[in-house]
Amino acid sequence: MITNIVIAGLGGQGVVKASDILADAALAAGFDVKKSELHGMSQRGGSVTSDVRYGHPEHSPVLSPMVPPGEAHVLLVLEPTQVEVARPLLHPGGLLIGPELIEPGALKNKKSFNVAMLGALSTALEIGELYWQQAIQANLAEKLHALNAQAFALGRTRGPSRQADVLDNAIPSERHPEP
Amino acid sequence: MTEERLLLSGDDAVALAALHAGVRLGTGYPGTPSTEILETFDRLGGHAQWAPNEKVALEVGIGSAFAGARTLVTMKHVGLNVAADALFTATYTDVDGGLVIISADDPGMASSQNEQDNRHFARAAGAPMLEPIDSQQAYDYTWLALEIGERWKIPVILRLTTRVCHAKTVVRPRGVEQRRSLEDTETPPENGKTEHRFRRDIPARVMIPAFAKPAHHRLRQKLAEIAAWNEAEGPMQEYGSEARDQGGDHPREQGDRPGPVPIGHQAAGAIGNQTGLDAGKQAEAQARKQATAGVLEPPKLGIIATGVAAMHAREAAPDARQLTFGLTYPLPLKRIRTFAAQVERLLVIEEGDPVLVDDLNAAGIKAEGKPMRYRFGELNVERVRSIIAGDDSPEPEPTKGKPPELCQGCSHRTVFEALRDLNCIVAGDIGCYTLGVLPPFSAMDTCVCMGASIGVGLGMRHVLPEAEARRVVSVIGDSTFVHSGLTGLAEMVYNPPPTGHLVLILDNGTTAMTGQQEHPGTGRSLDHSPTHQLDFAGIGQAMGVQSVVLVDGSDKSVSLEERIATQLASNETALFIVRQPCVLAAPKIRLYEKAAAGERERQCAALPEI
Repeated sequence: MITNIVIAGLGGQGVVKASDILADAALAAGFDVKKSELHGMSQRGGSVTSDVRYGHPEHSPVLSPMVPPGEAHVLLVLEPTQVEVARPLLHPGGLLIGPELIEPGALKNKKSFNVAMLGALSTALEIGELYWQQAIQANLAEKLHALNAQAFALGRTRGPSRQADVLDNAIPSERHPEP
Repeated sequence: MTEERLLLSGDDAVALAALHAGVRLGTGYPGTPSTEILETFDRLGGHAQWAPNEKVALEVGIGSAFAGARTLVTMKHVGLNVAADALFTATYTDVDGGLVIISADDPGMASSQNEQDNRHFARAAGAPMLEPIDSQQAYDYTWLALEIGERWKIPVILRLTTRVCHAKTVVRPRGVEQRRSLEDTETPPENGKTEHRFRRDIPARVMIPAFAKPAHHRLRQKLAEIAAWNEAEGPMQEYGSEARDQGGDHPREQGDRPGPVPIGHQAAGAIGNQTGLDAGKQAEAQARKQATAGVLEPPKLGIIATGVAAMHAREAAPDARQLTFGLTYPLPLKRIRTFAAQVERLLVIEEGDPVLVDDLNAAGIKAEGKPMRYRFGELNVERVRSIIAGDDSPEPEPTKGKPPELCQGCSHRTVFEALRDLNCIVAGDIGCYTLGVLPPFSAMDTCVCMGASIGVGLGMRHVLPEAEARRVVSVIGDSTFVHSGLTGLAEMVYNPPPTGHLVLILDNGTTAMTGQQEHPGTGRSLDHSPTHQLDFAGIGQAMGVQSVVLVDGSDKSVSLEERIATQLASNETALFIVRQPCVLAAPKIRLYEKAAAGERERQCAALPEI
C-alpha cells in the first residue's frame, strides 16, 4: 500500500520545503519515498502543490512520483483560497487538513506555519516524531531549529490524530517497517 | 554497493554521478528543469560554470572533451536548439573525454515556451541518447553516458524530463572504491604535475569536407556498433508477473550493484528477468484472472515505455508485461521484436511526440501508440490508464489555481505599468518579466524564444505604418540579453528602421526566473565569486546605438514613462538599461558584494608594504 500525500498552497509559503521535510522523515523511517512538484514560472506566487508518496521498500515500492488526481489519502492545505482548488486531488473520504487548524496568532513567526501544519499532519501518519525532528533540522538553518520545533509541537496538539477511516484503510501498519 | 540511501532529485543525482565519475568541467546555461545540476555539482566541489548561452557551453564542453576530460554540459530542451549547430558536427568528431549533454525536456510546459521532444535531436544529429526513469537511473546513466562516450568517442545525450529532474527518489550511489577520482582521469604526472595534454588528430576534429565525409561514415559505423551493444548489453528492464516476483522496484540487470558495469565487463544478454514460455502461461493465467475480476485490461498486453512514463505504466498496468530500456537511440530493435512476438497487443507509452511508436512501425514492428490528445501535456498514471483502456471520453479540466504573478515589489512592475499606459506594442522575451503579459499589465504582445524581442520588434518596425511602428518596444532581461540579445542589437544598428527603435534591458542583476543564477552581466561566477562584468551601456555605445541611457529603476524622481515617450517620438536607435535588483535576489546580492569587498581587503592587507 502506497500512502499518497499532497501539500497545497501558494508560491512562497514553503510548500516545497514542507514536502522535503515530510519526504526526508519518511525515508529515515525506512520507507521507499518519491516526491514531485513543478518548479519555475508557475511558482511565482501562483498555486503550488507537491506530491509525496511512500510505501514499504519491498512490498510496495513507489512507482510513479506523482499522486494521481483524486487519490491523495491526505491533503494538507496551507492557504484558505487553495482548499477548493486542491480538493479534487483528495480521495473521496480522504483526510483534509486545512489551514484553519492553526490560527494566525498562535505562532511566534508566521513563516513556520508550514512546519506547524506538518506537526498536525504527523499525528495522522506512522512516522516517528524523532524522524520528523531530524528532517526539520536537516532542511532548515540552525538558527530556525528552535522556532520550528515549537511550531511542530504546536501543530501536533492540533492534529487530527489517526481517526480518519481512510488512513486506517490506507496504512496497514503491519506492513510498514518498524521505525 | 553502498548502504547509503539518498533521497535525490534527478538533477542532484546527475551532479553526484558527475562528481563520482571524475567529471572535470560542467558548463551550461540555466533553464528549468535543468538548472540545479550545475549548482549542485558546484556545491559538491565540482568545477561548474555558467556560459553565456547553450551554444557556447557546448563548444566549451567539446573543447574540454577534445582535451581528454570528462565533461558535462547542461541545458533545457529549447537550449539544445541554440546548441544544435555545435551538436550536429560534434557527433562527426572524435571526443576523447566522455561528453554528456543534458537535455532537460519539459512536457506539459511547467516553465517553457514549447514542449518540443528532444528525442528527435538524437536521431537528427546521430547522438546516442539515454533516458532514465528516476533518480537512480539518472545517477547510473550519467556514468554509462560517459562510458559509452569514451568507448566510441561520441557525445551522448542524457535526456531528462521535468518529472525526472525534479522528482526526488531514492538513490544508492556507487561505493567509494568504484568511484573515479579526478587524478584517474588525468594523464600520468610529469615532473610531479598532473595535466591534460593535447592529442592532435586533425582528420577527426577539423570538419572540412575532405575530413567530414569520412567522418560521417564513421559516425554511422559508431551508431551501428552502439546499437549492437545495446541489443546485447544495453540497460533494460523487463517486467511481468515473473519479474515482479523476483525483482522489486529496480530489477537490476547487472547483479547487485547499482551502477552499470563498465562496458565490456558485462555478460552478454544479461537481462535480469528473461521471460519465455512460463511468462506466456502466466500471462494467460493473469488474463483469466482479469477476466473474472472484470478488469478492462485486455489479455497479453505488452507495454514498451521509456523515461518516467515507464513508472506511470507499471503503476497503471501492474499485470501487463513491460519492456523498458535506457538507451533509446539507437534502439534495441531485435530485443523489442522478441518482446513484441510474445504479446498480443503491443502498446507504446511515451510522453510527447510519437517518436518511438513511429520508429517501431517503420521497422515493421506493429505497435499501437496513444491517441493524439495525449501528445499534449505530461502523462500521469491516470492518463496512462485511459490510454490502456482505449478510453476516448474527454478528460476533466484540471481546476484552475491562482496564476503566477510578478512579485510584490518587483522592479519590472513599473516598466510594464509605463508600457501599458503608453499603449506600446511590446516585443517580449523569456524570463520572469514575461509575466508582464498578465493582468493588471497586459503589456506584452509577443514572446517566441531567447533574444527574439529585438529581432521581432525590428521586424514590426520595418513594416507597420509609422504611427504604429513608433509604439513598438523590445523588452529583454539582462541574462537573456547576454544569451541572445547581442546579435539582435547588432541588427538594430546595421538595419535601423526609419522610425528608429527602443530596446529596454530590464537589468535586475540576476537570472531571476530560473532561481537567481549569475551571468556575465552580474560580474559574478556561478559560485557567486567576483569575475569580469559585461558593461551593457559600453556595449551599446561601442556597437553604435544612437541613444544609450542608464536608468536607475528605484529613482522615482524621473518618470520612466516620460522618458520612453520622448524616445519613441525620435527616429533614433536606443538602448535603455533599467537597473534595479530583483527583490528576491537583492539580499543575497548584498551578501555576495560584502564577501567580495572583504576578500579584496584581505588581499590588500596581505600585500607587502612598499
